[in-house]
Amino acid sequence: MEFTGAQALVKSLEMQEVEVIFGLPGGAILPVYDPIIDSSIRHILVRHEQGAGHMAEGYAHATGRPGVAMVTSGPGATNIVTPLADAYMDSIPLVCITGQVATSAIGTDAFQESDTTGITLGVTKHNWLVTDASDIPNVVREAFHVATTGRPGPVLIDFPKDVANDTMEWYWPEGVDLPGYHPPSHADPAAIAAAAALVFAAERPVIYAGGGILKSRASAALRELVDLTGIPVVTTLMARGSFPDSHRLCLGMPGMHGNYTAVTAMQRADLLIALGSRFDDRVTGKVSAFAPQAKVVHVDIDKAEIGKVRRPEVGILADCRLAIEALVEAIKASGPLDPGRLGAWMATLHQWQAEFPCTYDRSDPGSGGVVTGGRRPTLKPQFVIEALRASTPSDTILVSGVGQHQMWASQYWSFEHPNTWVNSGGLGTMGFAVPAAIGAKVGRPDRMVWAVDGDGCFQMTAQELATATAERIPVKIAILNNAYLGMVRQWQHMFYEERYSEVYLSPDLPDYVGWAESMGCVGLRVESPEEVTPAIEKANDIDDRPVVIDFRTDSMEQVFPMVPAGASNDDIVVYQSLSEARQ
Amino acid sequence: MSPDHRPSGPRHRLLSVLVENKAGVLARVAGLFSRRGYNIYSLAVAPTDNERFSRISIVVDVESSPLEQVVAQLDKLINVVDIGELHPDEAREAELLLVSVSADAGERSQVIQLVGVFSGRILDVGHEAITVMVAGTPETLDDFESLMRPYGIEGLQRTGRIALPKLEGRSSAIGARSQVADIA
Repeated sequence: MEFTGAQALVKSLEMQEVEVIFGLPGGAILPVYDPIIDSSIRHILVRHEQGAGHMAEGYAHATGRPGVAMVTSGPGATNIVTPLADAYMDSIPLVCITGQVATSAIGTDAFQESDTTGITLGVTKHNWLVTDASDIPNVVREAFHVATTGRPGPVLIDFPKDVANDTMEWYWPEGVDLPGYHPPSHADPAAIAAAAALVFAAERPVIYAGGGILKSRASAALRELVDLTGIPVVTTLMARGSFPDSHRLCLGMPGMHGNYTAVTAMQRADLLIALGSRFDDRVTGKVSAFAPQAKVVHVDIDKAEIGKVRRPEVGILADCRLAIEALVEAIKASGPLDPGRLGAWMATLHQWQAEFPCTYDRSDPGSGGVVTGGRRPTLKPQFVIEALRASTPSDTILVSGVGQHQMWASQYWSFEHPNTWVNSGGLGTMGFAVPAAIGAKVGRPDRMVWAVDGDGCFQMTAQELATATAERIPVKIAILNNAYLGMVRQWQHMFYEERYSEVYLSPDLPDYVGWAESMGCVGLRVESPEEVTPAIEKANDIDDRPVVIDFRTDSMEQVFPMVPAGASNDDIVVYQSLSEARQ
Repeated sequence: MSPDHRPSGPRHRLLSVLVENKAGVLARVAGLFSRRGYNIYSLAVAPTDNERFSRISIVVDVESSPLEQVVAQLDKLINVVDIGELHPDEAREAELLLVSVSADAGERSQVIQLVGVFSGRILDVGHEAITVMVAGTPETLDDFESLMRPYGIEGLQRTGRIALPKLEGRSSAIGARSQVADIA
C-alpha cells in the first residue's frame, strides 16, 4: 500500500501503540498534522512547545511508557530542547518528532531552519534525520526501541517536509538493526555472588535506591530484598515512591536536603548497595568525604555510571530488577541471615530518627504557633504539604517544580507507590510542574494528580492550564507562594550575608486567582492555616476543570536539613530549633 | 614538544573505534569528547573494507579523563559498534607527514639527503623551498620534524595515527584472531 511519508509516520506511531501526542503544529510539520485528524491517536494542542515536552515527560513518569511530543522546525524545535535535556538527565523515555525544512533547503538558512539534530546531539540518547520516506517505519521502530530499552532516555526524529510529502510502499519491520546497541540484561553470577558475600559480612549496610528502580520496575523485587535481608533503604529524589515511606526500614531521602538519618546512615555505613543510582553530587556532597568506610556494590544498566564517581568493590552491569532478583536468590541459597545481626545498627538509626526528625516551627491550627504582625499565624509551606497528604488518596500522583517547594514536597509527602512522584531532578527545570502534571493526568486519568509548585516556577509555564481546561484535564495546582525565588533567596541568606539580589517576585503580581480563572480554572486563595484543609477538600471535589490554590506561605522559611554545596555530608545543618535544643 | 606530550607517551592512548558509516557519526564522536571535557590528541577517520562501517583512530589524552570512562561513554553512542585499545607493542602504527621546508639551492641537497634517510619522497621543489612526504611511526615523524625545524618549516600537516593489530604469525596471517583488546 502506498503511503505518504506523513501517513507512514502516523501509522508507525500507531503501530508503536502511541495513545497520545503532545504537540503544536507549524510550517514544516504541517503535512503530518493532516493524517493526525484521521488517526486513533489523541493529540493535545499545547500553548508552548516546552509544555509539550514536559507533558510527555509527565506522561512517561506516571505510566512508565514513552511520552511522545511533536513540534515544528526552528523555534518549535529549540523550544523543546529544555524538556529533552531534562529527560536526558532523568532517564525519561521520550520520542520527540520535529519538522524540518525540505532536504533541498537544509543548510541554506531557510525560514524556520535550525540544525536540530546538531543542537540536540548532547541532550538525546540518539537522534535521526530522515532523508528517505522509505526509512520511516525503520526509524520510528528504532527510536522507540532506543528510548525505552537499556538506560531509557529521550530520542528525536527530525522530519523534513519533502520527506513527509514523498510516497513510500508501507511495511512494518520485524525488528531493529542496530549493530552498536546491546543493552545489558542479566547480571554476571560471579558479581552477584560477590555482592551476596558482602551482604553477609556487613554490619552497617544501607541500600541506596535510585531512579533505576522505577525504570526497571523493580519495586517489588526491592521489597523482597529488603524483607529478606532487613537492610534499611534510602530513596533518592528520583526514587521517591519506589519503596514505601511507611515501611519500617525506609529511611527516606538522602542528599543535600535529605533527612539526618538517611544522610548519616550512608556516611557511617560499611556497605552501600547502590541500585540504579548514580552518586549524584547532590547525594554525595564532597565525594572524597562520602561514606568513607563503605564498601560499594553498584548495580547499573549504564556501564559509564559504574566507577564514574565512586569506584565500587563490586560493579554489576545489569537491569536493576534482574540483578536484585538474582541477588535475592543468591542470598537465599547461601543460607539464612542472622536476623539479629543488624540490631545495633538499627538501634543507632532509630535513635537518630528520634533525635533529628524532619521538622519545622509549626503554626497550624491549635499549635499555638508563630504569629506575625499581631494578626494571623504564618502559613508554613511544610504544613500545606502535610495537609495535602492527609486529604488525598494514598496513590495520588504528586508533581513538583524545582526549588524549596520541591524539597518540602519530597520531605513531607509520604510516598507509598511507585510512579507517584514526578519531578525534575538532574536538570532542575523550573516550570516543570504544570505541564508535567497535565501529562501525568493524561496518562493516569484514574488518579488524582496534584502539583506542588512555587510562585516563580508557576509563572514560567502556567499558560498550559489553558491547554488543560480546553482538553478537560482536571489537574490541581498548589502554589506555595512565598513571593520569592525561594531557594536562591535561601542561598543568599546563608552564603551571601543576606544580600538579596533579584529574588523578590511579589505575592500579588500576578494575581494567581485571577490568572487561573482567566484560563478556565477554579482559583482559590488561602492565607491562614485554618483555611488549608477546607480549600484542599474543595479542590478535590472539582473534577471537570483544573484548580489552582494560591497558598500565601511564610517567605522566611528555609529548607532544612541542608548540606552546604561542596561540604561533607558530615557537616549537615539541621533545623535551627532542633540544633538549639541540642545545645 | 616535551617527551610526555609525544603521542606515544603515557598520557596518550590509541583507541580504534568501529562506527556505522552514517551521516553525522564523526560529529557525535567529536561532540562527546568536547561535551565531557576529554581531549583528543589526534583523530583519523576513513571507511573500512566493509562500506557499512568506518574506523576512527583516536589518540586520547588520558590525563583529562580516565580511559575507562571515555570508552564507556563512547560505547553509549548508538552508531559505535566496537571499541578497542591498541597497545603500542601489539599494534602496527603509521602516520603520514607533509612538510614544506625553506631550503635554497645550498641547503636543498642536505634536506633531500635526510628525506632519503627517512625513506620519504620529494613532492615539490621550488627556488626557496621544498615539499616532502614521510610516512612512519609517530616517533619517526617526530624525529624527522625536529631535523627539519632548523631549516625553517613553512607548512606542516600530519594525519594523526592510524593502526591495526599486529598479526599473530606470518604463516597464520589470514584469519588471525584480532588482538584488539575488546574493552568496550
